[in-house]
Amino acid sequence: MWNLQGNVQTKGYRDGTRIRALLTSNEAIAEAVRIAKPEVIAAYPITPQSPIVEKIAEMIARGELNASFVRVESEHSAMAVIHGAATAGARVFTATSSHGLAYMYEMCWWIAGSRLPAVMAVATRSIGAPWNIHGDHTDIVLLRDAGWIIGMAETAQEAFDMTLQAFFVSEEVNIPFAVGIDAFTMSHTAEVVEIWNPKIPERRQAYRVLPTDRFAVNAVTMGKARMKARYDLAVDLENSAKIIEKSDAEFGNHGGLVEKYRLEDADYAVVMMGGWCGDAKDAIDMLRGEGYKIGLLRLRFLRPFPRKAVKELGGEVLVVDKGNSDIRGVLGIEVSSCGIEAKNVVAGIGGVDVGVEDFCKIFKNFVEGRIGLEWYL
Amino acid sequence: MDLEPLISRMKLGAAGETGLWRNYRPAVKKDLCNRCKTCFSYCPEGVINEEIEIDYRFCKGCGICKEMCKQKAIEMVPE
Repeated sequence: MWNLQGNVQTKGYRDGTRIRALLTSNEAIAEAVRIAKPEVIAAYPITPQSPIVEKIAEMIARGELNASFVRVESEHSAMAVIHGAATAGARVFTATSSHGLAYMYEMCWWIAGSRLPAVMAVATRSIGAPWNIHGDHTDIVLLRDAGWIIGMAETAQEAFDMTLQAFFVSEEVNIPFAVGIDAFTMSHTAEVVEIWNPKIPERRQAYRVLPTDRFAVNAVTMGKARMKARYDLAVDLENSAKIIEKSDAEFGNHGGLVEKYRLEDADYAVVMMGGWCGDAKDAIDMLRGEGYKIGLLRLRFLRPFPRKAVKELGGEVLVVDKGNSDIRGVLGIEVSSCGIEAKNVVAGIGGVDVGVEDFCKIFKNFVEGRIGLEWYL
Repeated sequence: MDLEPLISRMKLGAAGETGLWRNYRPAVKKDLCNRCKTCFSYCPEGVINEEIEIDYRFCKGCGICKEMCKQKAIEMVPE
């Protein structure tokens, strides 16, 4: 049943339904794509995303995935190709990072506005200038206003599960879905992943256009049509939270929109997203050992924004951001918009390493009231 | 979800009377026109017929007909 790519080491049990393999998050996403069976994939290489589509290209070459891989001349074209293929009714996938996402940004709006289901993996990387290939969240937060569902995984397992859930949710709500993983610390770092085969229904979408159809999409609109379409997208994006929560159990039980870590009796809450939450959890365990009542709310989704979970936070709140808008972090702004006066630390921009010791230091400063808004430089 | 704002069906003036956008109106000088139909072929809006009559409800005034006319039989007149 399983035919993993040659360079993947597989270990552990094989009970016929699941297999354990040592995979990077990039490879885990490629495996998930193999299971979801998209019919059209278009991508342009960019570090650190490239291994995802390289693996997929190998799968297609070996005949393990029956899909058209369109080699395009830019990310703008990559998104345009999957936009066109999705319009015709194909299940589609692409992946990008950083400047690639910036380059395809226009088409990201088109595919969301056209209400076409699509899945894109984003290995989140810093955007120049100055030039930097390392990880932060300044690229994926770009998608915030485009009308996409934006998820951010913490582990390779979650990247795998979220990619499969992305195909399901996207086709359920007719909104494109971006799956974020951190550059290098996730994209190129291997972890044990349980590969399994969840049931994903056949491709569904609100409409499709074939050469025989006598209508067109996205002609010029007058009056309120554009505003009406944008409103519908905003409402449906908001409501997609229910589908995400409801399908969570079928896709790995990661907690829905958020993961709550040691929050039950916490007087101090930290809000973060992405791979470095693993280090933050270790820091929280250590501080708990020292008697600090601190917990973590890990945002699994930036859109739809988990407003309810954020509003339920009691006590003091600190947001640690890996992407900034102005002097403030993007999550800091989002959390503050929920009526919470959050402290905000911006850290790890351009791949600056923030480890457990750093988190211990930041969290202690937070608990002891020494943090307002600052950059951890 | 309402798909109507996204979908356009074939009907005259689906996006309104686009002739309202026009700043310059192409005027055909019948005495110079030799009915070569070059303007008919080049009009991007398809608003010139083979009798060289212009449908001003939808002519946006781009002036391509005037540029292409070898007879200089079309003149752009400010609206």
